[in-house]
Amino acid sequence: MPAEAPLVIVEKAKGAIAIAAPDAAAIDLGLAPGLSLAEARARLSDLVVAEHDPAADDALVEAIADWCDRYTPLVARHGARGLMLDITGVAHLFKGEAALLDDLLTRLDGLGLTAFGAIAGAPATARALARSPRRIVVEPGCEASAVRPLPISALGLDPVRLQALARAGLKTVGDLIDRPRSPLAARFGADCVERLERLAGILEHPISPRRPVPAALAERIFFQPIAHEDDIAATLARLAADVASLLETRGEGGRSFEASFYRVDGDVRRITVATARPNRAPKAIARLFHEKLDALSVPLDAGFGFDLIRLGAFRTEPFVAAQASLDGHALDDEAVADLVDRLGARFGPERVLGFVPEDTHIPERRTRMVPVFTLGEEGKAQWGELPATGEPPLRPLSLFDPPEPVEALGEVPDGPPLSFRWRRVLHQVARAEGPERIAPEWWRDGGPDRDYFRVEDRKGARFWLYREGGYAADRPQPRWFLHGLFA
Amino acid sequence: MSTAKATLSALRQRIATIEATAGTPGVASSRSRIEIDRDCVDAALGGGLARGALHEIHAATGADNIAASGFSLALAVAAAPAGKPVVWVRQDYAAREGGGLDGDGLAALGLDPAALILVRLRDPLAVLRAGGEAARCAALGAVLVEPWGEPKALDLTVQRRFQLAAEASGVTVLLLRPGARPMPGGAETRWQVAAGPAAPMAMNAPGHPTFDLTLLRHRHGPPGGPWRLEWNRDEKLFKPPALLRDPAAVPRLEPAAPPAERTAFRLAG
Repeated sequence: MPAEAPLVIVEKAKGAIAIAAPDAAAIDLGLAPGLSLAEARARLSDLVVAEHDPAADDALVEAIADWCDRYTPLVARHGARGLMLDITGVAHLFKGEAALLDDLLTRLDGLGLTAFGAIAGAPATARALARSPRRIVVEPGCEASAVRPLPISALGLDPVRLQALARAGLKTVGDLIDRPRSPLAARFGADCVERLERLAGILEHPISPRRPVPAALAERIFFQPIAHEDDIAATLARLAADVASLLETRGEGGRSFEASFYRVDGDVRRITVATARPNRAPKAIARLFHEKLDALSVPLDAGFGFDLIRLGAFRTEPFVAAQASLDGHALDDEAVADLVDRLGARFGPERVLGFVPEDTHIPERRTRMVPVFTLGEEGKAQWGELPATGEPPLRPLSLFDPPEPVEALGEVPDGPPLSFRWRRVLHQVARAEGPERIAPEWWRDGGPDRDYFRVEDRKGARFWLYREGGYAADRPQPRWFLHGLFA
Repeated sequence: MSTAKATLSALRQRIATIEATAGTPGVASSRSRIEIDRDCVDAALGGGLARGALHEIHAATGADNIAASGFSLALAVAAAPAGKPVVWVRQDYAAREGGGLDGDGLAALGLDPAALILVRLRDPLAVLRAGGEAARCAALGAVLVEPWGEPKALDLTVQRRFQLAAEASGVTVLLLRPGARPMPGGAETRWQVAAGPAAPMAMNAPGHPTFDLTLLRHRHGPPGGPWRLEWNRDEKLFKPPALLRDPAAVPRLEPAAPPAERTAFRLAG
């Protein structure tokens, strides 16, 4: 009997409960994935069973991927349980590739995870070699020889073709590499050759990182983890200055910045702020983070402290330094943009809105609210001509969306209402103008015509009402709606 | 208004001008005061509404909220120098109750919608906070702050803070109080607004935005009103309604026009 009872993770497959993943002890006892739980129970009585939770698995791998950012910003997911790190140009920061791999796997081991890893010049090579616990580091140019002893299953082909290859007597990758490519492609498919060449490092195959790569990045590593708010603020200020000078050399400003906080226990928290225009003023950036940190619904939990804090500028754009013109307008624009940034950082960019006109006659579609951050040039769009001089407003200050149904009484079929009841209050109409007919956009959704009336009640309140559809003998009573209020 | 009163207010106006300029004569009078109607309201305010100060605007009844919004917006238009944006911080509930702002409607009152930044927030505390932030930004033309009801957070201290921020930045802050009763506070002026019957246009059509205004409180003078004023978008000025007519006296409504004729030039879409 083993010391601990074997654990199996089970999932429902084809109507039966089957083992998805047995632990080491269970494998030793002969349990394999795919075996039905009933049979496993029949073999072993003291089986510990847990439900398979793919979402939690995925979240764990995501968290590990986040954590791996400390080595390189280029981290990609590979399959359900694989991670691919592009460590080009970063290995020397960790005293070489082998040391980096050791450091990474030791730390993961410390977190209670079992991980295998390998380093090679091509992603497919590293991936194939990472199946072994030997921590292989392939010298540049030796990819082909490194994969030679691997079985052909390392190609990742479907079982049918693997079987076909095996029947042909090709057992290892080495058997395939020396053969001419064209017969291989003819018999086993072009992608078989492609996979082989990727594996041997002949064919380039870039990885697609799971997160965008920052244009400018600064970081601070702490031997003594920091947890105090002031320390974090001071660190962010210094990082902002670093990033700002990096951006300055590129002649750019950042539109979005992200601070990542790497906690000692492996947890990573990312906080993003966006700016309305390219920015590289360290003080402004630090202030945005201050606002954001202050307003977080889930506050930053330092736990036992952060051992790495990193600040990156993601979306960058050419930066035009503000020039103080004689009327001071440019500086005003800067000040307004700063205000917008601060409000956006604290309350969310989607809450700071600008008005954009749409080219339509439908009143509720005419005004589009767009976050000022994404506004750009359309924010300066013209709102058509104003009503002529001396003409009263023809459109209400506020619009109800959707329009609110009212009960209205009219004197003549096509005329304005005499009185209407809105929100339980009866309004006697004193003046009215209309109808102004607004036809629906037939290419969009159709619907009945609307006849709009500007109406003033006896107390002096002004309303915008419409009647849906005109009167006709065969049509039922028209419906009235209140669409807006005039000041 | 009696002549004595008029003289008094004229003198007050001159004193205010002298006080405000302090070194740069002639310029600051228009800078520190917003002209309302160049008439009795300006006189009652001592030369116009103080720029760079907090003004509180109440609606007479729940039905007058839109009138109060319109009046505040008109004040913001009058207060904002050309090219300076206006920030309107609004609690979400206000939009649910009274409808969302319409760009064409804003333009019809004289504010270029492209110059308005709307900040929509869920709770009054956030509204006050964002409003305070905006009030400190000297690059703005005016700030409208619209919390709903009577939030506890909006106490004397907060109002005083608004006033100080407005004084420091020179930005006029308009505090809209839908759903609130007028209470003593730290504002420079406090207004009560109701929708007024507009002087009708041709064919008995509703006219320009008209407001019945009462100056409930003025820190540097007695309360005043009621006044009935019409907003003139083209001159950015309030004016007395062109022709006062009691709406109750208007005979029964006739249709505005033969529909066929009117739709000819109003046809849209």
